[in-house]
Amino acid sequence: MERFIRLVGRDLRLAQRHGFDSLLVVVFFVIAVVLFPFGVGPEPNILARIAAGIIWVAALLASMLSLERLLQADFDDGSLELLVLSPVTLEIIVLAKVIAHWLTTGLPLIVAAPLLAVLLNMNAEGFGVLVLALFLGTPTLSLIGAVGAGLILGSRRGGVLLSLLVLPLYIPVLIFGVGAVDAAIGGFAFKAQIMILGGLFLGTLALCPWATAAAIRQALE
Amino acid sequence: MDRFTGSDLLCIRGERMVFTGLDFEVAAGGALILVGPNGSGKSSLLRLMARLLKPAAGAMAWNGEDVSDDPDAHNARLHYVGHMDAVKPVLSVAENVRFWAGLRPNGAADPQAATARALETFGISHLADIPGRFLSAGQRRRVNLARIIASPAPLWLLDEPTTALDKEAIASLEGAITRHQRGGGMVVLATHAAIEAHAPSVLDLGDFEMAEAV
Repeated sequence: MERFIRLVGRDLRLAQRHGFDSLLVVVFFVIAVVLFPFGVGPEPNILARIAAGIIWVAALLASMLSLERLLQADFDDGSLELLVLSPVTLEIIVLAKVIAHWLTTGLPLIVAAPLLAVLLNMNAEGFGVLVLALFLGTPTLSLIGAVGAGLILGSRRGGVLLSLLVLPLYIPVLIFGVGAVDAAIGGFAFKAQIMILGGLFLGTLALCPWATAAAIRQALE
Repeated sequence: MDRFTGSDLLCIRGERMVFTGLDFEVAAGGALILVGPNGSGKSSLLRLMARLLKPAAGAMAWNGEDVSDDPDAHNARLHYVGHMDAVKPVLSVAENVRFWAGLRPNGAADPQAATARALETFGISHLADIPGRFLSAGQRRRVNLARIIASPAPLWLLDEPTTALDKEAIASLEGAITRHQRGGGMVVLATHAAIEAHAPSVLDLGDFEMAEAV
């Protein structure tokens, strides 16, 4: 456990020293959302209706932006090789990296999301559910993304390939994330959607570290 | 006494047979030096020993127990130095070394002191607070070598460890290897440069190449 915390701490420290990189993700998220009022026009009713969708799609794209870095930097300088050779099980190492990734990219998105919801004139009933859904959804995105990041190791033009691999897998999270918020705004029960998001999170938590570790071992052969 | 052995190893890289029918044995306190022309499989054999690669045939054993039975235990007893130095540009030299030492269960009681000692051994104590991005290639290699000293492990797998090192650093490395062997450690070394080790046995990988098929 102490070593697990050490691994998370290292990635957090690396992110903090790179400072600008994780900030970039939030800035991208904000700018992408702010573009929509310019695109669809400042009609408050239209914006309010599509707000949840905009925020979720932007969050999806923003969290993908930083995925390429998740394993590639360690792969390039040989650290990944040594991590694989360390006595800590590789699946645990992957989990530590995903947690660090979520803390530096997912969490800031959750903080920024309610502010953007105000900007888009989203109905106030949806705010709490939006935050709750993001809390379940963004770790899922990081977990799924880690598999993609493992698979593109060593390939040229990995970034484009990564989006092709990962974005289709994000669709369930998008559907139920937006569904939960819309249900709350419409005054319906949103428990089912939240439960499904929770289920997706637990499922990916069990599967993705394992799949990512397999992809890493393959890349190092 | 610890023994690390491999028998009848076959390595295939990209549909080319690199070596076949290779046996090796290293005992505690021993050194195995791998020699052979470029492409004869020195690095491949070291990666095989580290289990980064899997042999197409054959097996390796530690004290008679197959190493693939317990991968984490095998990882805990080896240190691998490859072509890349794994020095993070934004972490200081001491942070780099301390992180790797802290990941190991058999690390020293006081990682701080162990790190300081390791840096001292390779003459880079004065760089302890310098971020990795300001280091020269030779200094990065010294940091990488300090990493393996900072936490004890019985088996050292060194792939061309003298790359970019000056004479003084090579002498430090030789001293470290000798001390490691005296303490019952074993070293497997792939090198073109002459490195002094205590009672080395030499394995020429050129001997295990497949005869060219016509």
